[in-house]
Amino acid sequence: MSKKATTFRPTAFAFPYLAVTVIFVIVPLVLILIYAFRGEDGSFTFNNFVQVFKEKENLSQLGKTIGLALISTAICLLIAYPVAFVLASSPFNKMAILALLFIIPMWINFMLRIFALQSLLQMIGLQKGYASAVIGMVYDFFPYMLLPIYTVLLNMDKSYLEASKDLGANTVTTFFKITLPLSLPGVISGISMMFMPIFSSYAITEMMGDANTSVIGAKIASLFENQNYGNYGYGSALSFVLLLIVLAVMFIGTYLTNRTEKTSKGGKVK
Amino acid sequence: MAKELNDKIIEIKGITKIFDGVTVLDNLSLSIKRGQFVTLLGPSGCGKTTLLRLIAGFETPTEGEIYIEGEPITSIPPFKRPVNTVFQKYALFPHLNVFKNVAFGLKLKKMPDASAKKGFRKYTKAEIAEKVNKALKLVGLEDYGHRDVNSLSGGQQQRVAIARAIVCEPKVLLLDEPLGALDLKMRKEMQIELKKMHENLGITFIFVTHDQEEALTMSDVVVVMNDGVIQQMAQPKKIYDEPSNAFVADFIGESNLLSGVMEKDYRISFLGKSLKCVDKGFEKNERIDVVIRPEDIIIKDGEDNGHFNGEVLSTVFKGTYYEMEVAAEGYEFTVQSQKEFKKGAKVSLEISPDSIHIMKKMLTINKHIGEVTGENLVTFCGGEFEIPTDGFEQGDEVIVYVPFTAITLTDDEKDGVIGANVTQSLYKGTYYQVQVFTDSDDDFYIDTSDEWDMDDRVGVNIDGGQVKLEPYSPDESDKESDDE
Repeated sequence: MSKKATTFRPTAFAFPYLAVTVIFVIVPLVLILIYAFRGEDGSFTFNNFVQVFKEKENLSQLGKTIGLALISTAICLLIAYPVAFVLASSPFNKMAILALLFIIPMWINFMLRIFALQSLLQMIGLQKGYASAVIGMVYDFFPYMLLPIYTVLLNMDKSYLEASKDLGANTVTTFFKITLPLSLPGVISGISMMFMPIFSSYAITEMMGDANTSVIGAKIASLFENQNYGNYGYGSALSFVLLLIVLAVMFIGTYLTNRTEKTSKGGKVK
Repeated sequence: MAKELNDKIIEIKGITKIFDGVTVLDNLSLSIKRGQFVTLLGPSGCGKTTLLRLIAGFETPTEGEIYIEGEPITSIPPFKRPVNTVFQKYALFPHLNVFKNVAFGLKLKKMPDASAKKGFRKYTKAEIAEKVNKALKLVGLEDYGHRDVNSLSGGQQQRVAIARAIVCEPKVLLLDEPLGALDLKMRKEMQIELKKMHENLGITFIFVTHDQEEALTMSDVVVVMNDGVIQQMAQPKKIYDEPSNAFVADFIGESNLLSGVMEKDYRISFLGKSLKCVDKGFEKNERIDVVIRPEDIIIKDGEDNGHFNGEVLSTVFKGTYYEMEVAAEGYEFTVQSQKEFKKGAKVSLEISPDSIHIMKKMLTINKHIGEVTGENLVTFCGGEFEIPTDGFEQGDEVIVYVPFTAITLTDDEKDGVIGANVTQSLYKGTYYQVQVFTDSDDDFYIDTSDEWDMDDRVGVNIDGGQVKLEPYSPDESDKESDDE
């Protein structure tokens, strides 16, 4: 192969994705940025941001969104952790089918699931509202919370638990001193996989909730809708603020994960 | 006080452990004296680690009971047992630093205190710090308390694991192949340190290893195990000098293993030579196993200068001595000597009487229970064999004695009366002793001039003329067949 040929680098495989990213992620982001700082007359302005923070409704809606995301995530974590623990414990961990049962709903279209759940809740007499919105969130994101925790628990070296018992810790103490701290990376990744999507999504709350559960995502959507044409600048500024908050949360999440992982990955044991 | 009279700290009585139908430990009994360094030694799968885990409480026995200081403990969970374990892969808690790892057990421990409400209290922070630092000092890591356990080397992690276990002041320290992951030099150092620690602490150590040298170097008592059964339990020197059977001789150190005959007291013959020995008390012409250690054979220049004439097949320098393979009388002796003999050299081998170790053969005849199913037909071990049945009637239950030499194996399973798998093939100097396992779960031992490969499928034929039958009476024979 002495002849110099055009070499096909493996990086070329990334080009299609790169193109998609540029067209559908980078360009819209830039557009949002431009709209956010553009006044109605086309000049550079901070007015849109001023409007975002001036309107009290925005803050309360943001608060509501965070509250809803926090409550749903917390409930989901409280349900998912014990399930993951049982599934990963020895009598059950050979039955991958059980874990699969909890994952299967992920394969069904999200809209279908929500519609089905909505009908079910109405059948048992639970009307659209805060509770049904939370139930929708928990139901929809449950697999995302379960899977990372289950994986961490399943792969945890069982000799840590034996060592703990050997040193005098009973089952409960062993759970709180060993199992729980060592499973934190899974918990953190579960939280970030749930909290952030909930934070910016509004489909579930629109379908399962009422005016009370209207989240900031819905507000942004309405600003971009036809009847509000002309509010692109305001909507973009609001999106931009939301984006910054999500980024900040993600950054904290990654930082925490890295910190716990550094200490919980097995050492140099061969 | 019973405790003072009885210095056995651990007693294991009739322990059987079955995992998924596989018997890992088979009716094993063992007692360990207080303060001893006891090593469980054996090849992988012999049940040594299972035995340790039973003592620690991570497994429960299928049958039998374990006593610590006379108290039965099999129903006590591991966190309440007065033992601590050093794990094979250390199992240091990765989210805790060195100090917190070592302090883990102490924080949970309660100490008797008459002034406290419940008669005991927890250790104070200062007491914990003092004990942890003392333990870390003992393992040579006094300044490492704040270190992340993942930043330590294998040897240092090992030390932390030991400190974490001994800081709890257990009555028995269990060590599960703790040196297996270390390199050779580090392992030698740790062997010496562990031995020193044992002397200083005065607690009982139970140490599991598959490394026979390690076992002989460190222990007060070595327990050699195979197939879930104790083969021999004795002091290292005795294990080495007087192995109780062919397995122990083969497993411990290098050895020349031969088959011989006791001609009379103090006289043995093997490889066609009659030699003096120091053993007596065997039956006349009893077949026995002979072990001769490679370093006990005196090798000399030229032929007709010793007991056997031989030719050097290979020479390997081993640092302080040469190890040579010498062919003599059809057997390949392994010989160690300070002096090198070149490949092809004609040599004489001399074996002094006290270097000939004699062991009773474990089994000298195959014994099975069968039924007479026709004239000159006996059914046992899942097959019908042609055996003279004079004096017996059809339907009689009989004990069938099949000499090792009465059996022939066939390459093709169909050529034999029954099929079997070869489970062992051991060269005994003039012949191979092959062990096969039949489809009816019975063992046969066969003496043959051919070598058979492990796990081969073979057919089994029996020369009926050599077989002896005896009437079978259930009470006695049940017992006898258990002895086998």
